[in-house]
Formats: sequence, structure tokens, C-alpha cells
Amino acid sequence: MMGLLFQGLDWRWLVDQAVMFLMPEIVLAVFACVLLVLDIGWRATERRWAAYVALGGVGASAVALAQTYLNLRGHEAIGFYEMYIVDSFAIVFKVIFLLTAALAIALSVKFLDIEREQRGEYYALMLFATVGMMFMASGLDLLAIFISFELAALSIYVLVAYFKGDRKSNEGALKYFLLGIFSSGIFLYGISLLYGVTGETNLRKIAAALAAEQTPGFLAILAMVFIVAGLFFKVAAVPFHMWAPDAYEGAPSSVTAFMSVGSKAAAFAIFARIFVYGLPALRGTTSLENLGWMAVIGAISALTMTWGNLAAITQANAKRLMAYSSISHAGFLLLGLVAGNQTGYIGLVIYLFVYVFMNLGAWGVIIALRRESIPGDRVEDFNGLIHTNPVMAVLMTIFLISLAGIPPTAGFLGKYFLFAGLIETGNRWLAALAVIAVINTAVSLYYYARFIKAMFMGPVTEPTPLALTPLMRTALVVAAVMVLLVGIYPPPWVDLSRLAAEQLIAITHEVIAGF
Amino acid sequence: MSPERLAEYHLLSIITWLPVLGALILIFFFHRERKQAIRIFANVWAILSFLPSLWLLTYDRRLGGIQFIEDVEWIPQIGARYQLGVDGISVVLVLLTTLIGVIAVACSWGFIQERVKEYYVVLLLLQTGILGVFVSMDMFLFYVFWEVMLVPMYFLIGVWGSENRLYAAIKFFIYTLFGSVVMLLAILKLYFIFPDYLKQPEVQQAVLQAARFISGENEPMYRMIASAVQLGMQGKGTFNIMAMQALGTARLGGAPIIPLSLQLWLFAGFFLSFAIKVPMFPFHTWLPDAHTEAPTAGSVILAGILLKLGTYGFVRFNLPILPDASRDPRVVQVMAFLAIMGIVYGALVAMAQRDWKRLVAYSSISHMGMIMLGIFAFNPSSLNGAVLQMINHGISTSALFLIVGVVYERHHTRLINDYRGLSHVMPGFAAVFMIMTMSSIGLPMLNGFIGEFLILRGVFEENRLWAAFAATGIVLGAGYMLWLYQRTMYGEVKEDNRHLPDLYPREWAYFLPLVILAFWIGIYPKPFLSYFEKPVAMVVEQVRPGYSQRLLERAERSGLLPTRAQAADGRGGGR
Repeated sequence: MMGLLFQGLDWRWLVDQAVMFLMPEIVLAVFACVLLVLDIGWRATERRWAAYVALGGVGASAVALAQTYLNLRGHEAIGFYEMYIVDSFAIVFKVIFLLTAALAIALSVKFLDIEREQRGEYYALMLFATVGMMFMASGLDLLAIFISFELAALSIYVLVAYFKGDRKSNEGALKYFLLGIFSSGIFLYGISLLYGVTGETNLRKIAAALAAEQTPGFLAILAMVFIVAGLFFKVAAVPFHMWAPDAYEGAPSSVTAFMSVGSKAAAFAIFARIFVYGLPALRGTTSLENLGWMAVIGAISALTMTWGNLAAITQANAKRLMAYSSISHAGFLLLGLVAGNQTGYIGLVIYLFVYVFMNLGAWGVIIALRRESIPGDRVEDFNGLIHTNPVMAVLMTIFLISLAGIPPTAGFLGKYFLFAGLIETGNRWLAALAVIAVINTAVSLYYYARFIKAMFMGPVTEPTPLALTPLMRTALVVAAVMVLLVGIYPPPWVDLSRLAAEQLIAITHEVIAGF
Repeated sequence: MSPERLAEYHLLSIITWLPVLGALILIFFFHRERKQAIRIFANVWAILSFLPSLWLLTYDRRLGGIQFIEDVEWIPQIGARYQLGVDGISVVLVLLTTLIGVIAVACSWGFIQERVKEYYVVLLLLQTGILGVFVSMDMFLFYVFWEVMLVPMYFLIGVWGSENRLYAAIKFFIYTLFGSVVMLLAILKLYFIFPDYLKQPEVQQAVLQAARFISGENEPMYRMIASAVQLGMQGKGTFNIMAMQALGTARLGGAPIIPLSLQLWLFAGFFLSFAIKVPMFPFHTWLPDAHTEAPTAGSVILAGILLKLGTYGFVRFNLPILPDASRDPRVVQVMAFLAIMGIVYGALVAMAQRDWKRLVAYSSISHMGMIMLGIFAFNPSSLNGAVLQMINHGISTSALFLIVGVVYERHHTRLINDYRGLSHVMPGFAAVFMIMTMSSIGLPMLNGFIGEFLILRGVFEENRLWAAFAATGIVLGAGYMLWLYQRTMYGEVKEDNRHLPDLYPREWAYFLPLVILAFWIGIYPKPFLSYFEKPVAMVVEQVRPGYSQRLLERAERSGLLPTRAQAADGRGGGR
């Protein structure tokens, strides 16, 4: 980082590096910029083309990503003065972000038509946010992580406030923005403390510096606490979750769908990256003398799951309900970091991977309920869906059953690995945490079943057909098929997640043993 | 054909997946308005799914152990396999399931008028879920089926149930899900300790010996366990149920390999799941609601088969895998107490019911308590009785729910007070009801008697006090059932009961097999017992090592049996 300032720039070298590492991001950013320009020339009726251009951008980026993956041949590559890393962990997460973006774009088109807000900048912002997330997954330097983090966050702040005339949208965005910059400040303060302690912003060097000391100093622990608090804000963990229900409810449903999956996955990517790569020395154990971030995350995870679930039970608004459900899912995801073994990390990655399909799928159906003159955001709006649109009712049931973690859906597989990771440690505190987690699984069923109850056992109250386009139908069917496929035939997807998880395991051993 | 040949034809897979195939055909090839065609197809398909299960009767009773084994890789990364197999206990339960499946489909013909297509789809999916549990030899697969089953059952109660169905459906779902997720943790713990223990060479030796012991001469079964043990030795996990049983049965110098303290925790995990399913007192509160609100077919499946999953779980998991925890005096005391509470409390509450269906539901709690008591008396007589009683309860309680269904379909009320003197207007119905009442009470010549007698005989051997309490249950059972019979069947005919028609041929058709079975088991139970005698003896041997040996020696000493020298030609296999 510092080298960049003093050595002067070698442009040729920089371009080489960029082509080698950044092609997926570059492609996506170029598409986003092109969209902004094209949007000026388009008439109102042509604006929906922006969605297809954006989808093309995601596709092109995916091709570039595949190219990068093949170039690496399973190795990792570090560039830009050790600020940027492309390894299987980053690549798997980038796949997750691209999938999220593609599905979210597919679900947005009709919705924006109905809201009369079809504009190119919407898709451009979504692409920019995705670019930011992809950088996050590859960041190896705290500053690089922070900047990419802000790129994603700023794009999403704007997206949340996208309905300028809607008070709820504005309120949610303002809350999200204020708490977001507040948490960014806390996060940044943690980074600065860490820099003060170790003199580094590079995660590997920080890890080495911290490992060199016998016992971590007070400042290092303080820095860890600030960083973890900042990240808890980002993943909406209790007690830092207050913004989530308001932002999720206020934001346009399609944006909520995007951010509830994309931002969450990105936040977990840097969560894993920072704590597993940078701060393994502060991990600690469950014994009282040696508490570290594992104990903190464990306690917060129990709190998050439980509180998210209990709050979700009482919600009448489908969007708020799903917001609390997503809070409780964040609690489940934290379990993977607490377990800290390969099984747990596989659980984290595969859970995020399947969360893309099940959560975006569920949100897709909620989006389709928004019709001309019908807000469609209450649980009762699902009433009798099996009579008016049986296919959508069945798809929604698949998504909900998966969210509740019932086999043979993908959600069960994710939960299986998270629980297995905890049990594998053989630690009785973590076993107790697993018990809390499984009880929460049973509780969560209650509110997911409310949708099922409304769809299958409620009377038809609103015969207006759902707002569906062929593109949306395809997206939802693909999501449902993936949910079932991953659940019924898991081996390839477990392998995919293991690629990413092994990276974390390897680095943990390397950092602790080496340097 | 021999079981091994049949396994090559994937007999168990065919039995398990045929219902799903039928559901898929229904979904894609039948329009929802063609109700009559759907009904005919579902009935034909149910019978078609029943037929292959008859091949299971070729189970080699002399050989015992797990047969018809199928073994395919599923999720290699975690060692979960698609392993199917049945022993004598599962054979009879699978046959019961497929038979009740036919009856459940048949009894819905007239009762279900709305959403007919979805109804049969759900019913068929449920069938596969239940069959899967009975034939799984891999704990992961077992767990998947165990939970999958809940979803169609939830729909069955919630969509086609009576007034209070929504409450009953979600209560059933959450209650049972809660139990099963805790079981998942116990399964995971077993999965992770297995390779840990197998790191020690002497444990490997002991486990392989135990595997040899529990498989006897059954080579395919031994191969299945040995390959799982191999995996364990390489440090990989396995979910094979029989390998876990070998781990539980193995002894190192008389001491268990899994320490007792851990066994108790694992026992608690499995216990919660199975006890909710059985249901044992005090986990029974979901049952009266679910049974009462479900449509007739739902109640029949719930009472006839679903409850047996719990007792089957105890016999398959708790007893053989965790024998030391199972026979721990504290555990046995608690289990016996809960079982007796179930028997007496269930019977007393049944007596106080005004709702016909609720009465039958509470009677189930009482009968299931009897089965649990039989299981935790741990001797061949009581366990044989318990398994037989699972079948008996499946027959008689299914029939009793069908009987309630018959009158409900005609008169649309379940209150006992709304019926009087039915024997005058529906003589055929009254006869069937009488037979099933007697079967439920345990009248000699009928199936209930054999099961209860065997259980009581076994329990008496262990603890006379328990036997005394259990016998009260039978007396109370006779009380509420006969009282119910008297109130509904005898007396002067109630005015609005006068034109209720007697049983239709279709109804006769599905009562007849149950009546025949009730008499058959009551008069000549040997063919049924012979299927599970050997597996049950093995369970006893696993939970009480050397039990039969000691028994034999005692009998020889007291002169009840000729000594082994005298009976050198041996008629074989005496207890």
C-alpha cells in the first residue's frame, strides 16, 4: 500500500495486473457506466432494455470470472501490493454475487414498470453495488476492504431511497444511511487501532504481527471489538439490527431482495476474511480465561437467532417478517465462524449459496404480489394463492420449507453443515449453542408456515393475477429447481463450497504455524 | 426368489418410491377437474404399490438380520449413503404401512370432495416418507425421510381437516419438528465420535467382533457394517445405523466404548424425538388435536403407522446403539413411569371424552404406553409383544378411526351423544365395530390379546408392580370402549339416526382385511411372530448381553429344560 505512493506508478505493470485479476469487475463496471450513458438516450418505453443490458453485463462478468478461475488452476494470486487476492474463496463468493445480481435484476423489471420507476440508473447502481461486493470478497488489505465496502454500501443507500415519493422508502433509507455510516465509522476506528498496534493494514501481516506476541494486548482486543461491532451492523446481528426491518420494509421489494442476500453474503465474506485471515490470534476459546472473537460471535449468534425469530412471529407485514427472518439467518450463518473448522466454513459458504436461491425466490413471489393498485405486502395477501396461481404457491412453499431448513431442500443441507461444524468441535458450550440453534429452527417454522397457511388454507381474497413476466417465471423456477437440486444431490455443491472453505482452513494453519 | 436376488432388482427402492411416482403422474397427467379419474387412479396405484411389498415375505427368517440391502453412494463428502435394508421388525411394519396406505386411499373416496388431486398427491408423498423411515439403514437418509414426512402430514391436516384444523396442523408440525431437530444433533454426535473411537486398534477389533455377532451368518449385512467400519478407520464418518449398533454392542473388557455419561445425553436426544412421536406422556398433547382434526385417512395413517415410527425408533436406535443408557436403572424407572402414566392417564381421559374421535385418540396414548412398557422391560417376551402390539394397534385403531369416519360421513357429527341405537339401523357396521372394540380391549381370539398378553408376561417377569399398573390400563380400556359401544350402538334409536345406511360394499372392502388380520393374529400369531422373533432376540441380546445364556442356564439348573448334553440334536433356538 505504502509502496504504491513512494515508488511511482508503472502503468504497464498496473494494466497487466488489472487484466489478470480484475476482469470480472472491470467488465461489470463498464457495463454499469454504459448503462448510465444509454439511459439518457432511451425513451420511457425503452427503458426496460436497461435490465437486459445489465443481465448481459452480469453474464459477461461471469464469463470473465470463469476465465480467471481457469487461469488460476486452483492456485491463489495476490496482486496490487498484496491488497487484492484472487483465490477460490473469492471466486465462490463472486459467483454468489453474480447469481444474486442476475436473479434480482430478473425480478425487478415488472416491479419497476408497475411502480412507474423504470430507469437505467437502477440497474447501474445494482451493478456498481455488485462490483463493490466482488472487490470486498477479494480484499486482503483493510483499506481496500473498507473502500469496496463503501462502494457497495453507497450504491445500496441510493437504491433503498429509490422511490423518491414514498415516505417509507425515504425513512428506511435515512435510517439505513445514518446507521450505516455510523457503523462504518466504528469499523474504521477499529482498523485504525489495529494499524496502531501492528503498523500494518494488510491482513496477513497483521496476523503475523499479532501471532508474534504471546498474549494479545488490550488495544488489539479493543480493535477487534470495534471491527466486530461494525460488521455486526452490516450483517444486522442483534443488538445492531434495528435498521434492518425499517430499511427492508421501506426499500423497493426488489432492492430488499437484492440487499438481503447480496450485502449479507458480502459482509460475511469480509467477516470470514478479516477474522480468519487477519485475527486468528484473537480467536480465543470458550474458557473464561481466554475469551476472544469466537465467544463474542457465539453469544451474538445465539441472541440474533432467537431475537430475530421471536420478533418475526408477531409481524403482520410480509416484508418486515422476512426482514426479521433474515436477521435470524444471519445468526445461523455466524455459527460457521464460531465452529471454525472445515465443516463450519463449508456450512457458511453453502448456506450463503443456497440462501441466494431460497431467499430471492421467496422475495420474488412477494414482488409478484405487487400489482397495479395492490400493495401486496401483508401476509394475508398470500391468501388462497393455491387457487389463483398454483405454480407460484408450490414454488413459494419450496422456498419457505428450505428457509425453515426441512429436507430434502437446500436449506437443510446448509443447516446440517453449520450444526455439524459445532458438534464436530466436541466442545460442550458449542453443543449448547447448537441446541439453541436447532430449537430456533423449529421456532422459525411457525412464521414460515403462516405463509403456507395463507396460501393453501386461506380463502381467495384477491383474484387479480400476479404480476409475472416470462423472465420472472424463469428466474423463480430456476431458483426452485436449484433449491431442490442442491438438497437432493448435494455432492457438486458441497465440493464448490469446500473449495472456498479449504482456503480458510489452509490460511488458518499457515498463519498460526508460519511467519 | 431369495432376498439377495430381490435386492438386485431394487425391491426396497421400488416399494419406497412407487408412491412418489404415482404422485408425479397425478400432478402432470391428470387435470384437477377429472375427479373420478383421479380417484380411480389413486386407488389402483395404491394397490399397485402394495403388491411389491408382498415380496418382502421372502425375508429369510432363519438367517435374520438386515436383508434386501441396497447401497449406493450419495454424498461422499460426509459419508452419507443411500442404504436401504430391512430386518424382520421393519418387514412387518413396511407391510402394515403399505396395507394401511391402500385403506387410507380407499376410505377417502367419498369423504374428500374438494381439491381431490392435491389430496391424493399429498397422501402418496406421505406414504413414501413413512416407508423411507422404515427401510433406511443410513441415519442421514433416515433423518431426511423422518422430516420430509411432516410436510405432507401438515397439509393433510391443515387443508382437509375439520374446524380446528389450522391449530392442530401447526401444533403437530412444530411439536414433531422440535423433537426431530434435537435428534439431528444426537445423530451428528454419533457420526463424529465413531471415527474418533475407531482410531484405537482394540476398539476396531471389538467393533468388528460385535458386527460379526449382530450379523450372525448374514454375510451381506456383515459386509455393509464392515465397509462402514473401514470408513471409520480411515477417519471418515459414517451414518450406517448397523455400524453404530456394532459400536454400541462392542465391549472392551466388559466396559462400553461410548461412556455412559455421553450415552445418556445421546439417549436424551433420541428420546425427545421418539417420545414426541409415540407420543409418551407428557409429550402427547399434540396427538388428540391432530388425530381429531385430521380427515379420516389422516387419522388412520397417524394412528396406524406414524406413531409406530416412535416405538420403532426406540427399538432401532436407543436400545441397540445406547444399551448402557437404556438399561440404566434411572432411565428405566423414568421410562416405565412415563409409560404407565400414559397407560392410565390416557385411559382415564379417554373415558371422559364426549367426542367419539377424541376418545379413540386418547385410547391410542394408552395403548402406545403399553408398547413402551413392553420395550423397556427388555425381555424377548415383552419385546415380541411390543412389536406385535405395534401391528395390532395399527390394525385396531385404524379400524376404529375408519368406524368414526363412517358415521361422520353419514351424520356429520362426532359427538357420542348424537348417536344411539345404531346397531338397529346399521347391523353390519355394529358387528365390525364390535370386533374392533374387542380387539382393542384384548379379548382372546383377537389380535390385541396376544400382544398384550406377551407384553404383560414379559413385564411381570421384570417388575410385578408395573404389570399391575399395566393391567389396570386394560381394565380401564375395556371400560371406556364398552361404554362407548353401549352408548352408541344400544338403546332406543335416536330419531335422526334412523335412516343412516349400513356399510357400503366399498367400506366392507376395506374393513374386511383388517377383520381378517385381527382374527388371524388372534388365533395363529406364529407366522407374524416368526418374522421378528430373531431380530427381537438380537435386540435383547444387545441391550442385555448374555441374557438368553443366563436364562438357559437357569432353566437347566432347575431341571425345566434338558441339559445341552441331553439335547445334543437340539431343536434349536430355545429361549
